[in-house]
Amino acid sequence: MKYLDEYRDPELARKLFDEIDRIATREWVLMEVCGGQTHSIIRNGIDKLLTDKIELVHGPGCPVCVTPLDTIDQALAIAARDDVIFCSFGDMLRVPGSTQDLFQVKGDGGDVRVVYSPLDAVKIARENPDKQVVFFGIGFETTAPANAMSVYQAKQMGLQNFSMLVSHVLVPPAIRAVLNSPVNRVQAFLAAGHVCSVMGFSEYVPIVEEHQVPIVVTGFEPLDVLEGIRKTVAQLEEGRAEAENAYTRAVNFEGNKAAQKLIEDVFKTTDRNWRGIGMIPGSGWELSDRYVDFDAAVRFDVGDIDTQEPEICRSGEVLQGLIKPNECEAFGKECTPRKPLGATMVSSEGACAAYYTYGRFVEIEGVRS
Amino acid sequence: MTDGGATIDGWACPMPLRDQPNIVMGHGGGGKLSAELIEHLFLPAFRNEHLEGLADASVLDLPPGKIAISTDSFVVRPRIFPGGNIGELAINGTVNDVAMAGADPKFISVAMILEEGMPIDELAWLVQSMAKAAETAGVQLVTGDTKVVDRGHGDGVYINTTGIGILRDGVDIHPRNVQPGDAVLVNGTIGDHGMAIMSVREGLEFESTIRSDTAALNHLVAALLDAGLEVRAMRDPTRGGLAATLNEFAAAAGVGVVVDERSLPVDRAVASACEMLGMDPFYVANEGKVVVVVPDDQADRALDVMHANELGEGAVRIGEIVADHPGLVVARTAIGATRVVDTQVGEQLPRIC
Repeated sequence: MKYLDEYRDPELARKLFDEIDRIATREWVLMEVCGGQTHSIIRNGIDKLLTDKIELVHGPGCPVCVTPLDTIDQALAIAARDDVIFCSFGDMLRVPGSTQDLFQVKGDGGDVRVVYSPLDAVKIARENPDKQVVFFGIGFETTAPANAMSVYQAKQMGLQNFSMLVSHVLVPPAIRAVLNSPVNRVQAFLAAGHVCSVMGFSEYVPIVEEHQVPIVVTGFEPLDVLEGIRKTVAQLEEGRAEAENAYTRAVNFEGNKAAQKLIEDVFKTTDRNWRGIGMIPGSGWELSDRYVDFDAAVRFDVGDIDTQEPEICRSGEVLQGLIKPNECEAFGKECTPRKPLGATMVSSEGACAAYYTYGRFVEIEGVRS
Repeated sequence: MTDGGATIDGWACPMPLRDQPNIVMGHGGGGKLSAELIEHLFLPAFRNEHLEGLADASVLDLPPGKIAISTDSFVVRPRIFPGGNIGELAINGTVNDVAMAGADPKFISVAMILEEGMPIDELAWLVQSMAKAAETAGVQLVTGDTKVVDRGHGDGVYINTTGIGILRDGVDIHPRNVQPGDAVLVNGTIGDHGMAIMSVREGLEFESTIRSDTAALNHLVAALLDAGLEVRAMRDPTRGGLAATLNEFAAAAGVGVVVDERSLPVDRAVASACEMLGMDPFYVANEGKVVVVVPDDQADRALDVMHANELGEGAVRIGEIVADHPGLVVARTAIGATRVVDTQVGEQLPRIC
């Protein structure tokens, strides 16, 4: 497939593996920020072929995983209402709230629909004027432009029956939180390519300067990931700390200005709770004052739902890169994709689900890896 | 009416049914309306000696020996999709299940649960399509039933079919028979049906229309057996896709399966759609594909036989059975590493970004 097969070439991959091995003179700990990258690394087995000198730590960049439990519970409460059509991206449906998930709400008669774009939810709202249509607006900077556009359009159309339950999160504050943690081991970051296609990577320059850590914008295909690792290791070995771009076919320094302008209009920065991690100041977006009428948490008065995580789940430590998924005692036992304790076991971008799906609960013998 | 491009020519709603454009409760009541539906809609499509006289049961002459029997229910939405429809699917699906045991499918039953309000001309069109599929597969419809449920209690039409096939002497095809060293083959591109359904159900538009691969595989299977190939196991990878089928082989025989990911045949449009939605063709349903396990030294001949059949032109070898890692399916990834291919918990969910 064009633009994909080229980035999965085994010969070029072999050369990059060798090059990384050659330039790495000591052990380094890198964090890939985005869950999409984690998925690609585990699915393709990149970490297995990579030199032992490089440890990849899986970061918090899975929007489904970090959406706080009380937000999920708010979504469940809204979705269960008779007057509501609740629209969501597919991978939110199986995320466990404190007592059930959106699939169960659907099974109990709730009108829960999977959509592929928030603009589809706006369309559903236009077609169902007698229903309240709510879109579950979660995600990092990547999904923000489309989410912002849907609210913007709804306002332009004067749609009274559309609203959004917003729980947007931001990458740069999360990177700062990892760096400021007293137990941090991460020495450099692979920044999330798709986030940067919206935001550019200028916002990483202050972090690089303040903390003296390399941050390299990285894509998702095997060769993209390897090139990101190579550039990062080169910086570490040469004692440099720069914001660098290894995903030039999609990302530039300034990002998508039009998208940023729309985001700035529709959203404003807020403190945000990250599931399993806790409060990170200034790490989220909520609807700005101009669009507050479209806030589903306000419209349905679910703002005071406040719930706690099960104690056995260590997804917070996984999301901060402190443990690998299969180091959690519950992994593959109490916690499986069939009965997930935490969201990291649910989402296709969640590190625990990636480890489970691609069999990292067993050592495979007799197969070259 | 179209099936995504093609039309069935010469179809016109029979006279007595025209005054009643939609199915009403009475069509399932066993009275005049039921009789009209049978006489003017079902019988003309399926007519054969077993249906004459419309007895409560059909009496079949079967040769001595073993038979294979399989039943399946079809609830697909939408009823008509690119490349097929629920009627055609209901015939092909059951024909394939019978064929997977190495049997020649001969007879089929059809039970329909119709929802009040279902347009009769669409029903008639679906029945025509079923008749055509049965003819292609070479099976006779020997008994049937129709019930009608209240509006809102069904999805237009649900279809159950049961098939009976005659087993060849000495044929023992079962997942438990696969052995280390055997070759794993598939007759063409994977993931077509699932992505065709998803694209119409969700109103997604891809670079080209993805068509379902629904087809009756019994002639392809017969060709393999006619050639004297020692087929150890066969399965049509429907729900759960290729991953589920290979895991069944691994579990049933206590062996490992190794698949080369780069060798998996995936249509360009299907691959693009899967990439976009974050889905893996490994897990997407097929309706006209068969995974065949044969001894390694018969693999090339099996491929030759498949290539000579219209439904096997894209047949390829995708992997082998191994003694290592019993119960596990392992894929060699594009860059040469390995990963486990597990069965999935539920349906694949399109990802957020």
